[in-house]
Amino acid sequence: MTALQSPRLEPQVEASPHSRLWERVKRVVASNPSVLPTAAAIVIFIGMVIYGEVAYGRIVQYNTLSNLLINNAHLIILAVAMTFVILTGGIDLSVGSVIALSSVAGVMLSNAGWNPWVVIVLMILIGTAFGLASGILIQYFNVQPFIATLAMMFLGRGLASLLSTRPERLADDSPILWLGEQLKVIDGEKVNDVVITPGVIIAVLVVIVAFFVLHRTRTGRTVYAIGGSESSSSLMGLAVPRTKVLVYVISGTLAGVSAVVYTSRLGIAQNITGIGWELDAIAATVIGGTLLTGGYGYVLGSVVGALVLGLMNVLITRDGGIPPEMTTIITGGILLVFVLLQRLVLMRRRT
Amino acid sequence: MSTAARSTWLHDLVRKPFFWGVVAIIALLLLNVMKDPTYLAISVNPDNGNLVGNLVDILRASAPILMIAVGMSLVIATGGIDLSVGSVMAVSGAVAMVFMKDAGQSGSLGVALGAIGLALAVSAVLGVVNGVLVAYIGLQPFISTLIMMLAGRGIAKVITEGQNTSATNDPFRWLANGFVVGLPVVFLLALAIVGLVGLVVRRSALGLMIEAIGINPKASRMAGIRPSGLLLTVYVLSAVLAGIAGIMSVGTVMTVDVSRTGYQMELDAILAVVIGGTSLSGGKFSIGGAVVGALLIATLDKTVVFLGVSSSATPAFKAIVIVVLCLLQSDRVRGWFVQRRKPPKERPVPNAVAAREEVSA
Repeated sequence: MTALQSPRLEPQVEASPHSRLWERVKRVVASNPSVLPTAAAIVIFIGMVIYGEVAYGRIVQYNTLSNLLINNAHLIILAVAMTFVILTGGIDLSVGSVIALSSVAGVMLSNAGWNPWVVIVLMILIGTAFGLASGILIQYFNVQPFIATLAMMFLGRGLASLLSTRPERLADDSPILWLGEQLKVIDGEKVNDVVITPGVIIAVLVVIVAFFVLHRTRTGRTVYAIGGSESSSSLMGLAVPRTKVLVYVISGTLAGVSAVVYTSRLGIAQNITGIGWELDAIAATVIGGTLLTGGYGYVLGSVVGALVLGLMNVLITRDGGIPPEMTTIITGGILLVFVLLQRLVLMRRRT
Repeated sequence: MSTAARSTWLHDLVRKPFFWGVVAIIALLLLNVMKDPTYLAISVNPDNGNLVGNLVDILRASAPILMIAVGMSLVIATGGIDLSVGSVMAVSGAVAMVFMKDAGQSGSLGVALGAIGLALAVSAVLGVVNGVLVAYIGLQPFISTLIMMLAGRGIAKVITEGQNTSATNDPFRWLANGFVVGLPVVFLLALAIVGLVGLVVRRSALGLMIEAIGINPKASRMAGIRPSGLLLTVYVLSAVLAGIAGIMSVGTVMTVDVSRTGYQMELDAILAVVIGGTSLSGGKFSIGGAVVGALLIATLDKTVVFLGVSSSATPAFKAIVIVVLCLLQSDRVRGWFVQRRKPPKERPVPNAVAAREEVSA
């Protein structure tokens, strides 16, 4: 209705180009309410950047923004992985502990003298194995996704604690650290440089591949279709069982990749690494506009969501007045607000 | 005739949801007895008449697990889950400890009661948040309680300012470490609370209504049940029970460690419920099963320590048990067993057995 009426209203507001742009944005949102959370995430990100620049300064400059990418490369990868799972209407609670297990195992193997490339592949394969196990439990044994991945979460954390409960430090000359090495791209004045790490490049590649797979391939369309209605998609003859398992395998594998990126940056792994990262990944995905019930969402939105969380951490550190313990509370609060926003959008669409 | 009657009796016993839990407890105890023949010995402390022994320790350790297992079994019966129990334990323990510390270390009963009251009130508030999000706003239970699980630990850290907080208060300490008629107070208290909850839900229609919501929320509303209010009650009850568990577990050492108190206790609660034979898909619960499950977990924890196995391995082991039990509950695995069992099918009352199988499936 509103879409039909708006062209007639347009001549009245044509006077100012600004309001015409607003009108157009409104029409896009009205025709597709699921972009609202993504748009909100972008607005929030820009708002946070402006607020940070005004209140604390030194936000809009090369080194802060490069550090934002470097420090959140692992979260971006996790958010992309979580997007796949949530799009099918599932959830993966095991990513945090898969990272703990994978990085502790990787560092210990590397220090035991294994070939670093073999170690990296093994770290990724640990994630794949966990994802495959969850996927099979969910698809072939009808276990609810959150129960299956919760069990995997405890299993991963338990195995990591079994391996070691102390911080395991990677040897200083380990080639794995090269993935976290900072490379100057643009040499600014003093420390104000554009810096990236191979880890950031990996994250960007993951985002590009994920974008291509989700929006340009048959598998991607099947992922969306399963989230829309699983029974309809299997009636349509889509490869539902295979895709559902695949989604968890992707999530586990990317958790492994994320473990490699994170470990290479820090050089330390511990069994308590990654506690609560599943919340961060879910929050990033949901902030980025992916519907928790599945079927709607964007990979690039999740990237924005991850950056919002990363920037929030920067601002909390800069502020200094907020105790760091508040971070999880704030993340939880933001997630809650966005989930409520989704309910609102859904309710409005139904009426 | 008598043999037939006996075999059905045996059959019924084996089919009880918590039968295998009891078997596992006995097996674990036997394992301990094999290592140390005096493991089961219980002696009376001549000074105060208290019972002393490994079994008493197990009973004492099972009290907090009993609390959260009972709460969790009700939540799971509605088709939901409460992942926040461990964090609520930490929050409740933190509130109690900080309150008693600020009250100036006076060991009065009033301070202890105030601490307990405040801790339970805060737990109830967290439960209300969970319940409102699930019942009135319609969020998936695991999302709302996951947020509470991670934010709750943050709240506990804010309350204690990130420090491990200790306090001294004798009445509070007695609650966790004292004895009445030779048995630990904490276990008797847990039994009383479990008994009360069991009585209320099973002697009234409440339990039936909770199960009805889990089976089909829409149909239960058609039948005249108000799911929202009941769901809210169940989540608040679960949080309050978790709060009691938190008080019990900080009371033993009179210290709250915000990152360790209640850590991974949701694993224990879910495990206890699954061991008790309750399906995680909802619609059914067994308080007796949850009690057996909680006792089994306490026995397992103590056995692991007693046998000298690294206790860091237990969470992984528990997770594997959950996976196996989930597999056993799934239709596919049941199908395998039914096929294997079918050929020698000669049972006393085929109709009754078939009907029972239908119900349990």
